[in-house]
Amino acid sequence: MDPRRASVLGVFAHVDTAVHAIRELRAKGFRALSTYSPVPLPEFEEALTGHGLPRSPVRLFTLVGGLTGTVSGFALTIWSALKWNLITGGKPVVSIPPFVIIAFELTILLGGLCTLLGLLVTARLPRFGGSPRYDPRFTADRFGVEVGCAAAEVAAVQEILRRAGAEEVRA
Amino acid sequence: MSGQSPEPARPPLSGGAPTYADVNRDVIRTLEFPSNLYFGWMSFIALTLAGGVFAWVMQIYYGIGMAGKRNPQMWAMYITTFVFWIGIGHAGTLISAILYLFRARWRTSIYRGSEAMTIFAVMTAGLFPVIHLGRMWLPYWLIPYPNDRFLWPNFRSPLLWDVFAISTYFTISAVFFYVGLIPDIAALRDASSGLKRRIYAALALGWQGSDREWRHYRRAYGLFASLATPLVVSVHSVVSWDFAMALLPGWHSTLFAPFFVDGAIFSGFAMVLVLLLPMRYYFNLYPYITEKHLDNMAKLVLVTSLVLTYFYACEGFVSWYSGEPIERASYLYKWIGTYAPWWWLQIFCNSVAPLVFFWRRARVHVLTLYIVSVLVLIGMWFERFNIIVPGLARGFYPYTFGVYVPTPVDTMIIVGSFAWFFIWFMAFIKVMPSVSIVEVKETIPHPVRDAAAAHH
Repeated sequence: MDPRRASVLGVFAHVDTAVHAIRELRAKGFRALSTYSPVPLPEFEEALTGHGLPRSPVRLFTLVGGLTGTVSGFALTIWSALKWNLITGGKPVVSIPPFVIIAFELTILLGGLCTLLGLLVTARLPRFGGSPRYDPRFTADRFGVEVGCAAAEVAAVQEILRRAGAEEVRA
Repeated sequence: MSGQSPEPARPPLSGGAPTYADVNRDVIRTLEFPSNLYFGWMSFIALTLAGGVFAWVMQIYYGIGMAGKRNPQMWAMYITTFVFWIGIGHAGTLISAILYLFRARWRTSIYRGSEAMTIFAVMTAGLFPVIHLGRMWLPYWLIPYPNDRFLWPNFRSPLLWDVFAISTYFTISAVFFYVGLIPDIAALRDASSGLKRRIYAALALGWQGSDREWRHYRRAYGLFASLATPLVVSVHSVVSWDFAMALLPGWHSTLFAPFFVDGAIFSGFAMVLVLLLPMRYYFNLYPYITEKHLDNMAKLVLVTSLVLTYFYACEGFVSWYSGEPIERASYLYKWIGTYAPWWWLQIFCNSVAPLVFFWRRARVHVLTLYIVSVLVLIGMWFERFNIIVPGLARGFYPYTFGVYVPTPVDTMIIVGSFAWFFIWFMAFIKVMPSVSIVEVKETIPHPVRDAAAAHH
């Protein structure tokens, strides 16, 4: 890491104080903010950007996976039916209604698997090592605000976090 | 089980609502080293399972005739039990996906257990088509793969739709289940040490609950729920088409898909109650699984039971209205024929017994809930039996008539399947949080310092 860069972590027991700290930091021009919380909090997302975040791109993965499933479902059934071009039971060789079922199941299957892939890619999981700032209490009942700042600004950031009501501030 | 609640382990804080720390503590407490009672049950279940495996080995060695499968009764109890277990799984997906999309907040404390039930029920169901194969070492013939004979499966066969529906259902349920577990496994990781910590750390994928992770996680979770919802409806519809696509009297009906889906959810809710009521008692989950949960579950059992009764009536009406003598004879055979006692048992268990849930006192009375749930499970198993066995017993031609009598081998395999299901479930509740830590916390108000300012 760049020696001129530093990071500060504030540990909060309350959501409102943590949101307050994020707003304060943003107002002071700090942009490299991230949070840790035991539950998903729309309040944090809103405070981090000042407005809502753009929609997560995970859904694009779902869409692409789902469409791939539909196409491959029809492709597999139609192609393999044509490989044995035999009329049985007076039904057309390419009988679409039953093939819809296969295509539907593959849509869901590939859509779901691609959603998983999308989650792993966008959330950057699995993560080895992880942030050194992480505290095990963040999966229980504490909320963390991590601030990336210049080494010279550490004291100022610590002050803002403390004033906002952080239980603990670590540089 | 007793009708009255013992004292909660923890004195209720601030009006009884648990705090974030309480949730972590109470859920992690369920993973303490198990008691002798637990090991006693596990040994019993393992022995039963061993009996089932032994019976299966007998069947593989001596042939499928050991299981009493002979013309016209080629499906008999195996497919009955297969449909039964697939159905059980559906309630779990309903609770975890459909109630999630409807934002039914009461689902949070019961969804994890139900979802685990889904996975294990599908794993149990998946055994039956394989057990039922005459040459059980060739199940891969069902999968479309390039082979040197250029043979492809017949995609017009409902049995192949089943393969696709059920393998998709299992995969998607397992992924959904695991994704839901990730933040909870991270909580377990942070609360444990040594080898346990390392295993949980690997399974948690390095989850830290950062804003980036949660943002994508929430979106992905909603997408999984939206994919699982049409899937669950399709799965039991496809299972019903195994029957409805055949021309057999009593089977060839467009009624079957909704009829099966409703029955599946009905039996699944009963199984959720059968599993959750003892869990609530032994893990002391009274602050989380409250009377409201029992009340809601019982209402769902009641509604699905009434819908099912309506379908039973439709079934009878349609066979009469068809004016088709063979159809009518097949239906009448169910009422007064060889298997009539089981038909009337089914009607009692599925249509009559759940009516007690019209009374609120019955809906929150643990013993009543338990007895009715067990009756529903029995009734729903027999419902599938009464579709398959009497249906096959009386086809179109008298020379193809034939009754089925269970043999020790297939009975033992079916009993073993219950052991297989319960051994997974019992192991699960001791290594993973059977109540969702994250989702329960989401239903509690966040900790705030200034309560007045927080509700701006």
